[in-house]
Amino acid sequence: MSVAQRSRPELPRVPAMTVLAYHLTGYRRTWRAGVFSSFLLPTLTVLGFGLGVGGYVDQGVNGVPYLEWIVPGLLASTALQVAIAESTFPVFANFQWTRSYTAQNAAPLRVGDIVAGHLAFVLFRAVTASAAFLLVTTLLGAVASAWAVLTLPVVALLALAVAAPTFGYAAAVSSDSWLAMLFRFAVIPTTLFAGVFFPVESLPGGLRHLAYATPLWHAVDLCRAAMLGAPPQWSVPGHLLYLAAWAVGGWALAVRRFRRRLVV
Amino acid sequence: MSKGAAAVGGRRYGRPVTSTAPLIRARGLVKRFGAFTAVDGIDVDVHPGEAFGFLGPNGAGKSSTMRMVGCISPPSGGELRILGMDPVRDGPAIRARLGVCPQLDNLDPDLTVRENLTTYARYFGVPRRTARERAAELLDFVQLTERADSRVEPLSGGMKRRLTIARALVNEPDVVLLDEPTTGLDPQARHLVWERLFRLKQQGVTLVLTTHYMDEAEQLCDRLVVMDGGRIVAEGSPRALIERHSTREVVELRFAAESQEAFAGKLDGLAERVEVLPDRILLYVADGDTAVTQVEARGLTPAAVLVRRSSLEDVFLHLTGRTLVD
Repeated sequence: MSVAQRSRPELPRVPAMTVLAYHLTGYRRTWRAGVFSSFLLPTLTVLGFGLGVGGYVDQGVNGVPYLEWIVPGLLASTALQVAIAESTFPVFANFQWTRSYTAQNAAPLRVGDIVAGHLAFVLFRAVTASAAFLLVTTLLGAVASAWAVLTLPVVALLALAVAAPTFGYAAAVSSDSWLAMLFRFAVIPTTLFAGVFFPVESLPGGLRHLAYATPLWHAVDLCRAAMLGAPPQWSVPGHLLYLAAWAVGGWALAVRRFRRRLVV
Repeated sequence: MSKGAAAVGGRRYGRPVTSTAPLIRARGLVKRFGAFTAVDGIDVDVHPGEAFGFLGPNGAGKSSTMRMVGCISPPSGGELRILGMDPVRDGPAIRARLGVCPQLDNLDPDLTVRENLTTYARYFGVPRRTARERAAELLDFVQLTERADSRVEPLSGGMKRRLTIARALVNEPDVVLLDEPTTGLDPQARHLVWERLFRLKQQGVTLVLTTHYMDEAEQLCDRLVVMDGGRIVAEGSPRALIERHSTREVVELRFAAESQEAFAGKLDGLAERVEVLPDRILLYVADGDTAVTQVEARGLTPAAVLVRRSSLEDVFLHLTGRTLVD
């Protein structure tokens, strides 16, 4: 058979899917270790904050029992934690330690395929962890409304909104100590002040506006509206557009940073 | 070799050398990083079925050239065509037909040996089932069948390199790029890699490799270029390069004195070229034994005499100098 006639397989129609498949293959080996914590953690937080702290909050928040009020916030913050954890060290490692991105870059993938495939995996991780959280809290009786399922697309959007820029950040930093800084100075303060544990209105003016700027607050407000059936504090399209803007801006940043590392 | 491994060969790679159009063609190719020029205007043609080598010390521009050929580094100037296509515009289409074995292994340490091949094959659109079959053939070819289901992490350096070579073949490439394929391997592992690469070459696979091991270049390359400071300083087959840039034989004289320098003057006219090193003197001559007789006739009594054939290493050191490049 001559070379000219040799049949070559068609390149994948959606190349990013083959990248996602690669990440899932790796996850098949490690998911068991994670599954325990994704069920244990919500149980502990519900017990600790909902019942422990909630016991002291007699009147609830705006008339809602503290446990029910806090669950939507914890759900969104779980999605945020997982999304950022999966976009920091794993991304850094794929550049620096295992060099998986370099291997992918030598194949007929484009930089955007490499980013999209990995981002899809992070999305998968964040959504499954959130679903596990929702399942556990429902079983514990902390979820009142079936509308709670609407929180899943919201946390998916939140995951993209925070994971995409974090991809860009992890691709740009020279040492992994910058990743620990991100947790210390961005993730932890966000989790504390973006309306997860107490209403943002109780914050002083300046801090309150900072809280409104975080993607987490927007997701928390949407999740709370869905789970409690109460009107959100801000417009729903506004929330969605704000999160989408973070996702789109983050995507542009990530692709730019990846290209600078991979195509030189 | 088993039947499966044989199938890796002739059937798919057998390439009729009817066309002389080069698979890789570079004219005045330049790569700059800021003010630094890594590749400074090189002309290269790599033809189907040939094993082509880039030789040179560290920093000569070999890896930068390989990255441009691998379509992951846009040229800063000059012309580059790979498989008749433009690497900047047609990157994915070209990469679909290349196999790349990088200098630093980038296998996934957490996946199994087999999964490293099957997941990689998917990037090229190889259907799952075909990918599994091909992985089995390739593991046989690189003698890793027994480790197919073990994780990559605990494999030895030689095994990892063989697996990387197997991974570079999952798409049945037209050209395989190997960046220092045996650097860091122990002698046994190197010989096994050479033997496998030689087999690929026999099957008609076009190999392009960089190396700073002269024995590797002599073993594998039909044709090579010596690079230094981003330029090509010599080109030809290993044999032709030795003939052109060195003599047939080399006499190594070691004098028992502190300095060899004192004896250098007494060797005038005995050799085409005399090189004085701190520990010995090299005479580049056509006939080593005659030269030794002449040395003795001048009343010189070196403590040790060695007559050997000129090697590519002599050419390399002559062309790129003996100064250490880090």
